[in-house]
Amino acid sequence: MSNERPETGAFFQRDRQWQPPAYTPGYKTSVVRSPQKALISLDNTLSEITGPVFGHSMLGALDADLIHNFAKAGESAIGPRIIVHGRVLDERGKGVAGALVEVWQANAGGRYRHKKESYLAPLDPNFGGCGRVITDADGSYCFRTIQPGPYPWPNGVNDWRPAHIHFSVFGHGFAQRLITQMYFEGDPLIWRCPIVATIPDRAAVEGLVAALDMQATIPMDARAYKFDIVLRGRRSTLFENRLEGN
Amino acid sequence: MVQPLNRLKESASQTAGPYVHIGLTPNFCGIEGVYADDLGAAMVNDKTRGERITVRARVIDGTGTPLKDALIEIWQADAAGLYNSPSELRGAADPNFAGWGRLASDMETGLFEFSTIKPGRVPFKDGRLMAPHITFWIVARGINLGLHTRMYFSDEQDANAEDPLLQRVEHKNRVPTLIAPRDGDVYTFDIHLQGEKETIFLDI
Repeated sequence: MSNERPETGAFFQRDRQWQPPAYTPGYKTSVVRSPQKALISLDNTLSEITGPVFGHSMLGALDADLIHNFAKAGESAIGPRIIVHGRVLDERGKGVAGALVEVWQANAGGRYRHKKESYLAPLDPNFGGCGRVITDADGSYCFRTIQPGPYPWPNGVNDWRPAHIHFSVFGHGFAQRLITQMYFEGDPLIWRCPIVATIPDRAAVEGLVAALDMQATIPMDARAYKFDIVLRGRRSTLFENRLEGN
Repeated sequence: MVQPLNRLKESASQTAGPYVHIGLTPNFCGIEGVYADDLGAAMVNDKTRGERITVRARVIDGTGTPLKDALIEIWQADAAGLYNSPSELRGAADPNFAGWGRLASDMETGLFEFSTIKPGRVPFKDGRLMAPHITFWIVARGINLGLHTRMYFSDEQDANAEDPLLQRVEHKNRVPTLIAPRDGDVYTFDIHLQGEKETIFLDI
């Protein structure tokens, strides 16, 4: 973390033409879970500008290593070993230091470790599927995992999720809160997926597809994928008509 | 030609999906031994200042059915109206109150129960005081982008009447969707995603 004065500006308005709308009937569950009335707009107050910040001290030694953080001693998860790394930036291009990045995913066969999950692909006894990391001073993060498998789901008769890793990101203000999914370069299921298709803009989808990164790949160990995440930027506070102490 | 603004675009949101617990509340869903505790599960300790309350929430879909796979995060000021955040420049918040909580709904009943404190009042942008409120952020399977709303308190009628956000709502018959009734030390906040009783959601 830097010792600069904390930023207190309001966040840029969210572009709701770029973000997925609530009602996307191709993704069936959204039909009864989408508000039908217009959102009430609220330029950020302190309640939205502020947010909790998490310290590196809360992390365990293996929190960012999904290959080992659920494995028995001396064992490891089965599947293609990968590194996922990148930066958390804001819309101004500044790295977001101290952002909490939490991830979850299925195992190599597409099976989630969850009691409500009944896909016939087996669990991996050495794979839990959760990890977390806090970004460095320049906003960079890195974790190690196995590449998840595609996963069938009861939406259409024959719908399959592309291989994906869920990301939850906490910036510095509660208004920046974001959950998204990372996809893998070249996966033909991406463009067939009703959840991906909730995003109206193709360029916005491409922003969720991580590229194979041979420069960061460790020979004879793990391939790497690079995934940058962009959170909302803040307005400058220099000329804002702010009350003292606000 | 003018110079391009060259701003980056915010990453597109995607649903948290039905297995959000694996990542955000792993102990709750039986993945134990990876993290000591689920983040945000405990909001208060013996030293936290303020009135202890329970916030009992449900998220209800357009058919009237409570969601059993939702996740809620709340964010609120301490009893003195200060946020525990680096962006809070008015003073130091109660060190025994982070102000942030995260719970998954009960998988059978859909209930959330936050043990927290009643927040103090926080100024609006123009200095007027807002009524005490808790900010909610709701994600679940079927919700493509997290929903923001606020819970206000039924026993704060005078403050609610002068709250700048509540005053702005054009359709006054919708204001009660943001006000949680009190019974003892329990506030009940039913969040309706859709339909006649649809909760007011915010574009913040």
